[in-house]
Amino acid sequence: MKKSFQLFFTFMKIGAFTLGGGYAMLSMVEKAVVDKKRWIPSDEFWDMIAIIQSLPGVFAVNTALYVGHKINGAKGAVAAMLGAILPSIVIILLLATIFKEYRDLPVVERVFKGIRPCVVALILAPSLRMIKSAKVTWKTAVIPIAAVVLIYGCKVSPALVILAAIAGSLVYALLMERKMKQAGKEGEA
Amino acid sequence: MIYLQLLWVFVKIGVLGFGGGYAMLSLIEHEVIDHYGWMTTTEFADMVAISQMTPGPISINMATYVGYTTGGFAGSLLASFALCLPSIVMVYFIIRLFLNKKGGTLMGNLLKGLKPAIAGLIFAAGLSMMNAQNFVQIGKGENNVSIIVCVLAFVASYFFKANPILLIVASGVIGYLVY
Repeated sequence: MKKSFQLFFTFMKIGAFTLGGGYAMLSMVEKAVVDKKRWIPSDEFWDMIAIIQSLPGVFAVNTALYVGHKINGAKGAVAAMLGAILPSIVIILLLATIFKEYRDLPVVERVFKGIRPCVVALILAPSLRMIKSAKVTWKTAVIPIAAVVLIYGCKVSPALVILAAIAGSLVYALLMERKMKQAGKEGEA
Repeated sequence: MIYLQLLWVFVKIGVLGFGGGYAMLSLIEHEVIDHYGWMTTTEFADMVAISQMTPGPISINMATYVGYTTGGFAGSLLASFALCLPSIVMVYFIIRLFLNKKGGTLMGNLLKGLKPAIAGLIFAAGLSMMNAQNFVQIGKGENNVSIIVCVLAFVASYFFKANPILLIVASGVIGYLVY
């Protein structure tokens, strides 16, 4: 029980004070879980993080669930998850309530008129950065272009596009695995 | 009814949300604006700005916000938990299958294959928000400040990795001064 409380408060602190999304949170989690509490050895922690990053869902929540589960089973997982999301829920509820009251004030409208185009830029920039990090070539550029045309042009649901991409990627991943196995066998021989 | 819709939408996003907060943003955008019409693009842009500036995962922030505006307090809790639900199931069952080297490489390769498509998804979300509701129109009494802000923010973010919160605050100040 004590461990679950500690997990709850540790992740609550992390949820309340990390700005800038899941990855900004990582060093704080490492400090708390690996350095201070010594719950998980460093190498194991980073191995797991590498895998958790490739799972779907909220990265911070997945990390909290993994760490919590590792330390105190199902109870720990739930405690850590609740800690990670509670600050978000409280803060957004507060802000959404306030915003509902004041959004029609001329001052607020003026400020948000300035902010909206910036938000658009803040969505476009990471998408292009992702293209860069995914090492998209002229050949594979057809994938993101097709996704944009389908979603923006044809109003296809992005969920469907993801499902199609998952099907394609699974085939790719399995092929890669097979290729690596073959390369491994040839290496042995 | 709204609760069932929230549950369905955010469970779906929790399952398909590969590639981080922005990928989920594009899924949320489609559901909230195009499919259910719960928000206008302007309301959505304002929500993204607020979710971006507050601590905590941006996707949880948005789930709470969407849930609150459509279903009040109960809706906000429901949407956030719905988003986490697939993760709980995943961590409980799949962690044993995938949290090892073999599963890890498989998932890693899967995400690698998905990334170009996800990038397209996010780009499309940005494009569809580039409209007359979010950009003060040129030649309609105002000026091109919207476009200038967008280009500057893009350059600052893409090339100089500027802090997004700083960019939002700066463009808010510009908006206050100009409009």
